Amino acid sequence: MLASGILGISGSLLLRAANEGAGAVVTKSIGPEPREGYKNPCLVEVIENSYLNAMGLPNPGVNSFAKEVRIAKEGGVPVVVSVFGADPPQFAYVASEMEKAGADAVELNVSCPHAEVASIGQSCELVRETVREVRKAVRIPIFVKLNPNVTDIVEIAKEAERAGADVITAINTVRAMMIDINTCKPVLSNRIGGLSGEALRPIAVRCVYEIYEHVKIPIVAAGGVFHWSHAVEHILAGAKAVQIGSGLISGYQVFREIAAGIKKYLEERGYRSVQEIVGIAHGEG
Amino acid sequence: MIRKPRIVRIVETRRETPTIKSLSFLDGEAAKAKPGQFLMVWIPEIDEIPMSISGTHPPRITVKKVGEATEALNRLEKGDRIGVKGPFGNGFTPTGQKVLVVGGGVGVAALLPLVELLAKKGKDVNVVIGAKTSEELLFVKEIGKLVGESNLITCTDDGSSGFKKTASDLAAEMIDENQYDQVYTCGPEKMMCKLFEAADKRNIPLQASLERYMKCGFGLCGSCCIGALLVCKDGPVLDSHNLREVFREFGKLRRGPSGGLEKIE
Repeated sequence: MLASGILGISGSLLLRAANEGAGAVVTKSIGPEPREGYKNPCLVEVIENSYLNAMGLPNPGVNSFAKEVRIAKEGGVPVVVSVFGADPPQFAYVASEMEKAGADAVELNVSCPHAEVASIGQSCELVRETVREVRKAVRIPIFVKLNPNVTDIVEIAKEAERAGADVITAINTVRAMMIDINTCKPVLSNRIGGLSGEALRPIAVRCVYEIYEHVKIPIVAAGGVFHWSHAVEHILAGAKAVQIGSGLISGYQVFREIAAGIKKYLEERGYRSVQEIVGIAHGEG
Repeated sequence: MIRKPRIVRIVETRRETPTIKSLSFLDGEAAKAKPGQFLMVWIPEIDEIPMSISGTHPPRITVKKVGEATEALNRLEKGDRIGVKGPFGNGFTPTGQKVLVVGGGVGVAALLPLVELLAKKGKDVNVVIGAKTSEELLFVKEIGKLVGESNLITCTDDGSSGFKKTASDLAAEMIDENQYDQVYTCGPEKMMCKLFEAADKRNIPLQASLERYMKCGFGLCGSCCIGALLVCKDGPVLDSHNLREVFREFGKLRRGPSGGLEKIE
């Protein structure tokens, strides 16, 4: 799957991802009103293949995004609209509008690490309330994307499951920062951002592994997938599907390369489906 | 190359026109840029914007005052520091034997390294440079020297220098009268769009360097998309095939910072 935040600002780019082999696409996070996001710089590579970003949730608003969803749907793969809001009713409103526009599922971004909505993903109560409000508003599946910037991500995941979430997406970026030593200033205009890419992968794998032991609903992994072996690692930890974000740096062909690599891995080991290896790193029973 | 800003010191500045200034700096990566590539230029505490590379020895950008960031760049002097990421983008593909190069306004900045390369390769190069007024014509001397003054035509909106017509109208006439096998352009998008239509009618391939609002500059965020293409990665130079693909938006619509479509004036 294409992860949220990468390329998914336009229907045509989402459609291109679908045509290039993505099994599903997740849009950029959409809110109730248009937002321009933070000033540049808002994305920088800190370590090779690891990125720091603070975009500030730029999006054209729920009303103009409906037509982008319709374009994306032409790709014939599920379109998951990432949504955010300032409070649970706003989440519910955006989710319901996106369902009307044809979204196959919504992913609740309760975890952007550098915007005001981050606080929702850090509180069990707010996650519960948000999921419940959205559950009342839509029939389509609800993904909840979780934030690793918490004491215990498992508690939040359990809360989301109890409140009616259908899928857990793990994880969003980790709060991070970069300071330029020449100008002695933070590089990002927002100063603090979220770290994605290679550096995030071991943290994401750990989160998927821990959540898998405590929830029954499917987990979709996100974090540092550049190569098929990274996707397999997440699946062994317990993910049923894998999202690719920063990994798109090498181009759209990454979807087909990863799918082919997983297939070969399964064949070589005599497995018939991905399902057979989900979570097997946890051992017998 | 890690895509983070490299802090560079400005070693030379030159006022090109009342609104356009060139800044040169030393940077090994930018010195290797191909004609048509761009840099993300960081003005600490203000903004980071994409800028065409107008020269490589030493690397140089040429900036017209159009907003907060470009005005800040115009205020910089020798010794000041900026951050640069890149070079990014595909750049021009130098093909054709008898070619026409059409630049409007500050768009000429992206074309200067291309004209230099084409001249060096011994191509038959005609150039049209357009601007609002004579004092805003950019790089006339430099380009005249490269291709010969008889191969350079200027035009201005107010007729204060050269022909009193738009660069695209003048170039369209030249396309009809000559046997060009390649057209290159950079300038206001409406001008480029007209030129593309004129060239496409005669099946002459064209390469146009586009500009869009950018956040990352290297293909991750999607902010700069036109149709299903990314101006930062698939562009900034789009060929006729690409332009046909995005014709619904080319010269008409662009995405703003929020990602919403807005009309190009």
